[in-house]
Parts: sequence; C-alpha cells; structure tokens
Amino acid sequence: MSIYILCLILFAVGLYCLLVKRNLIKKIVGLGIMEYAVNLFFILLGYRHNGQAPILDKEQAIVNMVDPLPQALILTSIVIGLGVMALMVAITVRLYEKYRTFDIGEIRRLKG
Amino acid sequence: MIELHIVLVLMIIGAVVATEINDLLSSVIALGAVGFGLTLEFLLLRAPDLAITQLVVEILSVIILIRATIGTKICCDPIKTRAAYFVFAALFTGAFLAFSYRALAQLPAFGSPIMKMGAQYIQEAAAKTGAANIVSSVILDFRAYDTLGEATILFTSVIGVLAVLRLAGRNK
Amino acid sequence: MKEAGMSLIVKRITKITVSLIFLYGVYIVLHGHITPGGGFAGGVIIALSFIHLVLAFGKEAALKRLNETAVSAIESLGGLLFWGIALLGLLGGVFFLNILPKGRIFHLFSSGTIVLCNIAIFLKVGAGLFAIFIALAAMRMPAEKKEGKK
Repeated sequence: MSIYILCLILFAVGLYCLLVKRNLIKKIVGLGIMEYAVNLFFILLGYRHNGQAPILDKEQAIVNMVDPLPQALILTSIVIGLGVMALMVAITVRLYEKYRTFDIGEIRRLKG
Repeated sequence: MIELHIVLVLMIIGAVVATEINDLLSSVIALGAVGFGLTLEFLLLRAPDLAITQLVVEILSVIILIRATIGTKICCDPIKTRAAYFVFAALFTGAFLAFSYRALAQLPAFGSPIMKMGAQYIQEAAAKTGAANIVSSVILDFRAYDTLGEATILFTSVIGVLAVLRLAGRNK
Repeated sequence: MKEAGMSLIVKRITKITVSLIFLYGVYIVLHGHITPGGGFAGGVIIALSFIHLVLAFGKEAALKRLNETAVSAIESLGGLLFWGIALLGLLGGVFFLNILPKGRIFHLFSSGTIVLCNIAIFLKVGAGLFAIFIALAAMRMPAEKKEGKK
C-alpha cells in the first residue's frame, strides 16, 4: 500500500509543477512527470509477488505470471506521450519565435 | 520490495528538482533522470518490454526538449509566480492527495492483482497466436484495435507538428 | 571554411556505431514476438540512429540519405500496411483475424500476422518520430542565424 502512496506523491509533484509554474517548458516537464506516475501506477496494479515476466520460455511452466494487460496498454501510451510532448514542444518553440519569451502571462498580455 | 521504494523516492526527489530549479536545461535533464528511474522500476516489476521502450523514448524526449531550450537566451532567469498561485495550488494538490488516499482502500492489495482477462490471455496466447511474447500477442492480436487507434494518434501528432512548424514559417 | 556537424572524432565514431544501432533496431523488431521488444521500441531505436547521423554530420548530409519526401512516404506505407493486415483478416470473417499459418512457437517464422504487424508499426513509428525531429531541427536553424545578425 505504501508504494501506491509514493506513486500518488509523484503525481502530485507533477500536478503542482503544472499549476504553479508560469514557464511553458516547466509546464511540459510537469505534464511529463504526471504521465510517468500514471504509467507506473498501471504497472503496479498488475504486479504479483514473485511473479514472472509475461514471456513464455521453453523450460518454464506458466506459473505465477504478472498481468500482461496493463503492460500492453502502457506500451502504446508511452509512445503516444512522446508524440504529444513533441507537439507541445513545437507549439512552444513557435510561441518563442513570435514573442521571445516563455512566460505565459507575458504571452497573454502581448496578444491584445 | 524495498528496492522499489528506494527507486521511487529517488524519482520523487528528481521530480522536485525538475520543478524547482531555475535553469531550464537542468530541469529537462532532471526530467530525464526521472524517466530512467522509471525504466528501473519497470525492470523490477517484471516488464522488460516497457523497460526497453521507456529507455529509448526517454532518450528521444530529452533530445527534443533540449532542442527546444538550447537556443533561447532567457534560459537562466526565473519567472516569478504570484503568491496566490502557491496557495491555490497547494490547496488543490492537498485535496487531490486526500481524495486519492480514500480511493486507495478500494483497490486490491499490492502484489495480488485481479487478472480476470489477464489469466485468459496467458492461458490462450501460445495456442491462439503462436507468439512467445504475451504482451506482443495482446497488442497485435487480441487488442489490435487499440494499436490502430494509437497509430492514428501518432499520425495526427506528426501532422500537427509539421503543420505548426511549416505554415507559420511561410507566412513571414 | 568550417564544416557542418561536429568534430572529426565524433564523425569517425558515428560511422562505426550508426550501423550497429541500426542492426540492433532491426533485431529488436524481427524478434518482437519471441523476446522483449517489438515494433514500438525498434522504431524508436531506428529513428534514434538517423537522429545520431543528423547530430553528428549536420542536417544536409543526413538528409541526402533519407529526405523528407521519403520519410513521409515510409510513414504512410507503414499505416497502409497496418490497415492492409487488418483488412486481410476480413478474408477469414473478422477484422484483424490472424489468418496466416502460426508455425512453431519459439521460431522466427511463427505467430502469423504478428511479425508483419511489428514491421508495419516499426515503419510508422520510426518514420514519424524522425519526421518530427527534422521538422524541429530545420525550424530552429534560421531563427538562430537571425539572432546572430542582430
């Protein structure tokens, strides 16, 4: 149970970073931390004590294997996270080109 | 499972450093450290597929983020935050932690998953798909619709990046 | 005149290592149904090997081997191949049905369409991520020059 709480604290650090920081790169970093915490939480839910990796072997019998379903879901989620992060970085770079700043308050003021 | 706790505490320290440090390049590198800690956690949790993927994806995302920060002049001066933001964010994060702590009581205990579908996949994977890697047989055979959706999302994000970076350049 | 890219040492080492990284990526993709790995990890490794070339030799030298039109064509090919495999299942009656012969487990040519799906995903992920990187790299260059003139 304590490992779940540590994982939630990691998520909370990312959430705090996303809410407080006004630098756009810091916001991307916060979202990345939140994504890591969610991925880790799924895998923690599928773990069983003294489990095997879900890969069959010639000699081993199928006993006590960890849950393969969360691993399959998170495998796609990791690559999606990279694509989303690249899109955010592209928009940030474009905003920096136009306004010469990463400050989100500054960008909002310059708009009008 | 004391090693899981140790690596996770190190990841939390890395996340706090990435949040609080002023230099943007150091912040991005601290995020990379958190990602490599996640790779170790995946190895300890018996998920070698995820460990390989997380390792290479982390390298690529650190390269992309450094690419975004390295040419900028203001990388080192901090951007001040208003005091009201701190109070609001602390309250919100505290409320999130309190509610999620209540929700944890509903979950199965760590180390004994429910595995309604998982047990079936493990039993049938070898006979139905002929693949030794069960994760691979789940994402490409039993649940290939998910992977099709993932491919669509990746395609959309690539098109989004190319559109954002190209069109505005021509207008100048 | 200064050459594009990094120093001579980096270029020599890159010439040796890039082919090894590429080979490792192909190994990860082709053995994705037997050992850990698969199309996602292998695609990112292949994209990283080309990014390695871009970082060491500069953009122009690397794009000579694989230009942007080819990258977008490869990515579309991967997507179409994945759809084609999905539609192939309709011959057996169900979308995404694994209709090819399964072969013997633990051998390279086994598990029907999973190998082909891995190759399709590998083309799609590898080409897509490399396209993202060269878009970001190409975009930053003129901006830095303009800043230098000021």
